[in-house]
Amino acid sequence: MKFKLKNENIASEFVAHIEKITGENAKRCYQCGNCTGGCPVSFKMDHGPCQIIRLMQMGQDEAVQEANSMWVCVGCMQCYSRCPQGVSAANIFEGLRQVVLRKGEDHQEIEDIPMPLLKGAPQQALVCGFRKFVS
Amino acid sequence: MPRIGVFVCQCGNNIASTVDTAKVAEEMKDMPGVVYTADYKFMCSSPGQESLKETVKEHKLDGIVVAACSPHMHEKTFRKACEKAGLNPYKCEIANIREQCSWVHHDETKKTGTIKSIDLTRMTLERLKRNKDLTKISIPITKRALVIGGGVAGIQAALDIADGGRDVILVEKEPSLGGNMAKLSETFPTMDCSQCIMTPKMVEVELHDRITLYTYSEVEKVDGYIGNFTVTIRKKARFVDEDLCTGCGDCWNKCPFKIDSEFEHGLTKRKVIYTPFPQAVPNIPVIDKENCPKIQKDKCGACALVCGPECIDFTQEDKIVTEDVGAIVIATGFDLMKNSKFAEYGYGKYKDVINGLQFERLASASGPTAGEIQRPSDGKVPQSIVFIQCVGSRNEEKGVSYCSKICCMYTAKHTMLYKHKVHDGQSYVFYMDIRAGGKRYEEFTRKAIEEDGAMYLRGRVSRVYEKNGKLVVQGADTLSGSQVVIEADMVVLATALVSRDNAADLAQKLGVGYDKHKFFSEYHPKLKPVETVTGGIYLAGTCVGPMDIPESVSMGSAAASKVQALFSADMLDREPITAEVAEATCNACWDCVTACPYTAIDRTEIKNRKGEVVSMVARVNKGLCTGCGTCVAACRSKTIDLAGYTDEQVYAALNAF
Amino acid sequence: MSELKNIPYYPGCTLNTVAKHFEDSAKESAETLGFTLSELEQWNCCGASYPLSPDNIMGLTGPAKVLFEASKAGESVTTLCSVCYNVLKRTNKTVHDDKEKRETISTFIEADYDGSLEVTHYLEILRDTVGFSKVKESVTRPLKDIKIGAYYGCMLLRPFEDVGIDDHEAPTIIEDLFKALGAKPVDFPNKIECCGAHLAVGGKEGDDVVKQLSTCVMRSAVGSGVELIVTSCPLCQYNLEQSQEKAVKEVSGYNAVPIVYFTQLLGLALGQDEAKLGFEKNVWDARPLLKEREV
Repeated sequence: MKFKLKNENIASEFVAHIEKITGENAKRCYQCGNCTGGCPVSFKMDHGPCQIIRLMQMGQDEAVQEANSMWVCVGCMQCYSRCPQGVSAANIFEGLRQVVLRKGEDHQEIEDIPMPLLKGAPQQALVCGFRKFVS
Repeated sequence: MPRIGVFVCQCGNNIASTVDTAKVAEEMKDMPGVVYTADYKFMCSSPGQESLKETVKEHKLDGIVVAACSPHMHEKTFRKACEKAGLNPYKCEIANIREQCSWVHHDETKKTGTIKSIDLTRMTLERLKRNKDLTKISIPITKRALVIGGGVAGIQAALDIADGGRDVILVEKEPSLGGNMAKLSETFPTMDCSQCIMTPKMVEVELHDRITLYTYSEVEKVDGYIGNFTVTIRKKARFVDEDLCTGCGDCWNKCPFKIDSEFEHGLTKRKVIYTPFPQAVPNIPVIDKENCPKIQKDKCGACALVCGPECIDFTQEDKIVTEDVGAIVIATGFDLMKNSKFAEYGYGKYKDVINGLQFERLASASGPTAGEIQRPSDGKVPQSIVFIQCVGSRNEEKGVSYCSKICCMYTAKHTMLYKHKVHDGQSYVFYMDIRAGGKRYEEFTRKAIEEDGAMYLRGRVSRVYEKNGKLVVQGADTLSGSQVVIEADMVVLATALVSRDNAADLAQKLGVGYDKHKFFSEYHPKLKPVETVTGGIYLAGTCVGPMDIPESVSMGSAAASKVQALFSADMLDREPITAEVAEATCNACWDCVTACPYTAIDRTEIKNRKGEVVSMVARVNKGLCTGCGTCVAACRSKTIDLAGYTDEQVYAALNAF
Repeated sequence: MSELKNIPYYPGCTLNTVAKHFEDSAKESAETLGFTLSELEQWNCCGASYPLSPDNIMGLTGPAKVLFEASKAGESVTTLCSVCYNVLKRTNKTVHDDKEKRETISTFIEADYDGSLEVTHYLEILRDTVGFSKVKESVTRPLKDIKIGAYYGCMLLRPFEDVGIDDHEAPTIIEDLFKALGAKPVDFPNKIECCGAHLAVGGKEGDDVVKQLSTCVMRSAVGSGVELIVTSCPLCQYNLEQSQEKAVKEVSGYNAVPIVYFTQLLGLALGQDEAKLGFEKNVWDARPLLKEREV
């Protein structure tokens, strides 16, 4: 990766928006990596939670939005529960998802969910899944 | 009519950029009593002071106002200049037109700054007109010092003071001198053996003619003030006669009861009658009262049966002793934070998760394994050890916000000790930043990595759990952006350094400040690092905050030099800005006595010629009074006034506003 | 225990359908202990996830409505599903602490609710109101030292300051219950790790994640000597059940273990008719093991 850092990056409006809707402050993160270390799904993420926050600190809006990380996060709150700085990466991922979903862009088509799953899975999985993946 | 001079300082551009100093001087010219005014670029400079002195003489001034920076900066400078010019120094007053005036007003037309400066100067002028000549108070000094804490900082302070020819009382709460340093194996970055360099100093203290050593003792109470403290010390019952005991060890060899050793941090047991470690100073055991069946229920008593000199006395009680001293050095050291806050690391749950001091004991030749690195659970030599730094440190959520400063270095040292003892062993270090600022420190950590092969991983550990007899460490390496899982044989936590449990208590007894982490506060973090706000009380070592051995030793010596400086004069001059009671109108309500934070006001009897008490009045001890003015505010009959700040002066200043 | 007679109970979307046996067994066990879990008259879905971006007020209206309905029934409301517990408890705290949000929510749901309700999980009722010692006294069929693995997952535990049923790093509430029931709880590292949750419906990739996480949980438990896993959440239960097949297929020497709701064994230990406890609905049947141990 190569970044050209400009003042506009550091003052990224996108990052400010995410911070506003999530109530988190990316600057609080000092990159200890505890979140990535404890995250049960970071192995599946393009960038682990602390890297996403690092990219936010550097104002790399596109890299943050292009990563699959936000869709992989399950919101188990393990990151937050052990964060020495009280930052919730889970909240940040939710904010990133919300920005996409509020534009009406779905991450998951309901038709694509196989019928046995629709019938067999607990309702709560569907409700929660729709909340997280569907606008 | 008074003859007053007003000097307005430009302070380069600090004042002049927002205050028209010439105009301020001009305005003062017309004030009654003012015979001379001037504005000048730097009043505090040598030429500035010289001109002040000459003007005082030439114009026969009997008072001056310097409108300049805060009195904290240069009040002393100008008062000294006045004194040299033959004027009573307390006839010099400072009007602060910089800190709360020129620095806070940004009006480029200088209007606001100038108006405010004129007001401030005029007020000071009116106050000055009512100043009386004051003379410094002289108090005697007891030239003996108390050092609280027998770790390396306290020992250094005690030895330096004693070597300078002054008597020292050294109080240590444990049964032996040594503190935390005595527990260490080798020390960074030189790798010399801690006990080898520490024990000679401990012995030196014991043998020093000028040092009185109270071990197993605690300071109960401190009265008095700089130069004149009275200290009450509780000598806890040892149940062993210190004068008779030879330290032969028959008693502890015979004692059948074993308790977890505090000195070894639970890695091994000690007896109920014990010395904390073999090189203890003094080499005299104590009986752990709580766990001794003889003392608790009159059973056993084996130690007394084998004691040749018959020095064991189960009926011994605590002794209270008082000592008069002129200065006090606090050097009470640190504790490690309790790891129980970090259940995710399994300290206490898994035997092979230990803290840094426990590792020191494992690596120490005098430790429970005679210096062999063996894991506590089964005594096997670990083939891999994970060291986790910043456990509790730099963790605002669950620990402390500060950096514990020494862990980066001692962890690097641990990896080296491990490699030197277990050649095929592999160490892993999870760190956030390697903080190796210090002489030969950076080279030391590089050596750990490059020569001794420690694998450094930049990140925190999320959790530690046990699986098939291994400790699984799950963390991150943020440099590669990956999650890292290591199966290790042992885990060492570099736990945060914290203040002693009773630090706040002791601070209150001594009347010194402490911060939110209960570390003692320096008078000024840069310029008065060993002084406290209370005169005659000094600080040394980790009771101030995390620091390493060289710093603790330096601080011990620095505190000692402050004590020596204090003791170099026979009398001590103190500022005469103190409270004064007009005894004729005092109605002895004692509100002032209750209000005084320094216990500086006494209830005094007034007797007639026959020696009968006719009335009671409040009287201020000038030695203790700091001139804070609390009693003045509390006094209902307006009987108390503060010299230099009398009600009359304050009202005059207000009226001038 | 007179005040225990009727406890307002919120089932949530899954307890009346897929996890009916969770609810039935809980109700049965409650009756034996002398009280009734009485379902709220009116209720809706809690949303199955607490909105993690604080500006998402809409996500709070559902659970706030539930809480409002519950406030008509009494001073507390109890749940069985860990997710419902998490969502209701966090929403309750938000409504209680944030006056501005409370007002906005009130206008949405056309009802004022102030957050004064106490939201509890059935486990807390057993621990704090009934008391595990009392539960122990009521046991008629002790679980004969069966090695139980208590799987907590995330929602009962985190975030600690909002939910906090127990120590979030080393919880023991379920183990303590099963000690009272005569079982032998076994600690295992992954008991507080995530099962993959709603990623079950997150397409192929999500399914992979769930399989991987849940398999880890199962392997961690079985590797620690667990003979039977208990859960307190229908989604955890589902994910573990679905993933054990994978573990059986892929891990040599892996022995499948029964996975049941904690209430099923609670009911059994308290002497309820086994047939009423829905063991036949579990994918991994506990009955052979129970029979073998002569419970």
